[in-house]
Amino acid sequence: MIKQSRRKETWRKIKGAIVLILCLTGIVLTLVSLAALLFDAFQQGLPWLDLQFLTSFASRRPEQAGILVALFGSIWVVGLTALVSFPLGVGAALYLEEYAPQNRFTSFIQLNIANLAGVPSIVYGILGLALFVEALALGRSILAGALTLSLLILPVIIIVSQEAIRSVPATDRQGAYALGATRWQVTREVVLPQALPGMLTGTILALSRAIGEAAPMIAIAALVYVPFTPTGPLDRFTVMPIQIFNWVNQPQSEFRGLAAAGILVLLAVLLSMNSFAVFIRNRYQMRGR
Amino acid sequence: MVVNKVKIDIQDLNVWFGSKHVIKDINMGIKPNAVTAVMGPSGCGKTTLIRAINRLNELIRGSKTTGEIYIDKKKVYSKDTDIFELRRRVGMVFQKPNPFPISIYENIAFGPKLHNMADGEELEAIVEKSLKGGALWDEVKDRLNDNAFSLSGGQQQRLCIARALAVEPDIILMDEPCSALDPASTAKIEMLIRELAENYTVIIVTHNLQQAARVSDLTAFMYVGKLVEYGSTKRVFEKPESELAEEYITGKFG
Repeated sequence: MIKQSRRKETWRKIKGAIVLILCLTGIVLTLVSLAALLFDAFQQGLPWLDLQFLTSFASRRPEQAGILVALFGSIWVVGLTALVSFPLGVGAALYLEEYAPQNRFTSFIQLNIANLAGVPSIVYGILGLALFVEALALGRSILAGALTLSLLILPVIIIVSQEAIRSVPATDRQGAYALGATRWQVTREVVLPQALPGMLTGTILALSRAIGEAAPMIAIAALVYVPFTPTGPLDRFTVMPIQIFNWVNQPQSEFRGLAAAGILVLLAVLLSMNSFAVFIRNRYQMRGR
Repeated sequence: MVVNKVKIDIQDLNVWFGSKHVIKDINMGIKPNAVTAVMGPSGCGKTTLIRAINRLNELIRGSKTTGEIYIDKKKVYSKDTDIFELRRRVGMVFQKPNPFPISIYENIAFGPKLHNMADGEELEAIVEKSLKGGALWDEVKDRLNDNAFSLSGGQQQRLCIARALAVEPDIILMDEPCSALDPASTAKIEMLIRELAENYTVIIVTHNLQQAARVSDLTAFMYVGKLVEYGSTKRVFEKPESELAEEYITGKFG
């Protein structure tokens, strides 16, 4: 009997060790591939990354080429996307959580939002091309790109915002109702202030996904040379992922270095957006609770 | 009739949550400017009964209420009832202190602002008066802008009482207001409840027999959704009419 239980004991320990090794392998693989990517990008890109690169237009001559137009394009597109998607997403989430009746129609909508979050981004690109570029005749403009990206990240923003709303304690709502607040007053005075940090964090993370999207942007903006920085939402544009894709496709090896430098700029923008999200979360997270 | 002057008149009240029949045919008159305690074992419908008075049960999906409640002879369950005005007049204090995560001052000003009752100096006066009414003013007057969560549990509960007072109710419902507090904080709140009874009609749900005996003028005893015994606290504790109430009071179940 004792022998058997000892054997079981050893087997338990082995199982524990196996799980530990599996988990460690996972994290090591992730970190190593990230490090390899960064090392490669830095090694190739750093020599090209200078002020001239940041302030120049695209060019056929590698030594004169820069990312300025694409950087501006990305900022324009993501800024407009934020303006469109945040109010719409928060509004939809508030409706679903606070107002919608609990019936089949609501759960049908809910199910579809969850499904939309999983649709490949190129599908949104094709939809945007047909709907915004062609049908609404916005052309290959920043606005068309921003609306397309808004569609792409709306499901994510809605889901994240719903979770933020659900995390507001029910006792707070009841306290406000018991004081004679209307539903809108409860939403505005109790739910929104407490849910807003979570909504903002989720939206910024969704936007940083949008800024790295190449596929739908290629469908909307096409692979073209844009010789000016945009001045309005109806201007033609290009974005960083397209520019990087473009450079990678060039035959001369110098363009590989340019692409790597572009990746570094894109990563820097992503990193600052994500740090901003973390900052907001830490600053406002459950004040005093 | 146990009470001759009636502030709240509950008639043939029935409440269902889905198919669950929680309150069964309750008839009860609540005396003005007195403390009425509602006792009974867990799940007997005490909380649902008081939440019927400010129609808070309606927040729960699938709830259904029949019968009628009159406050000062006016119907609570009528189509013409202004439910927000009703809840202003019927304040409520919850089991667990639930201040909003904002400053002490803003917690009190919250209700008056909702109802556009006052602003500026007038609002400041309401905040001071309410905090005094909640026996909290002396402890917080120098830190009104601190977050309400910096207060102790007992202070938070008194803040919630003051918050309810700020909208000038005439009835205050309390749902086991001391169950999450230590004995010292409980004693303070019990004293406060006695003071409140001078100006307000107070209904307090409690698990605690001693508490009911200490603070209330009238005691109701409920069992599985029914009102089993109702009368002056002294009478109910000394000479309970029903066997169930007697068994509960002597600690045979609970």
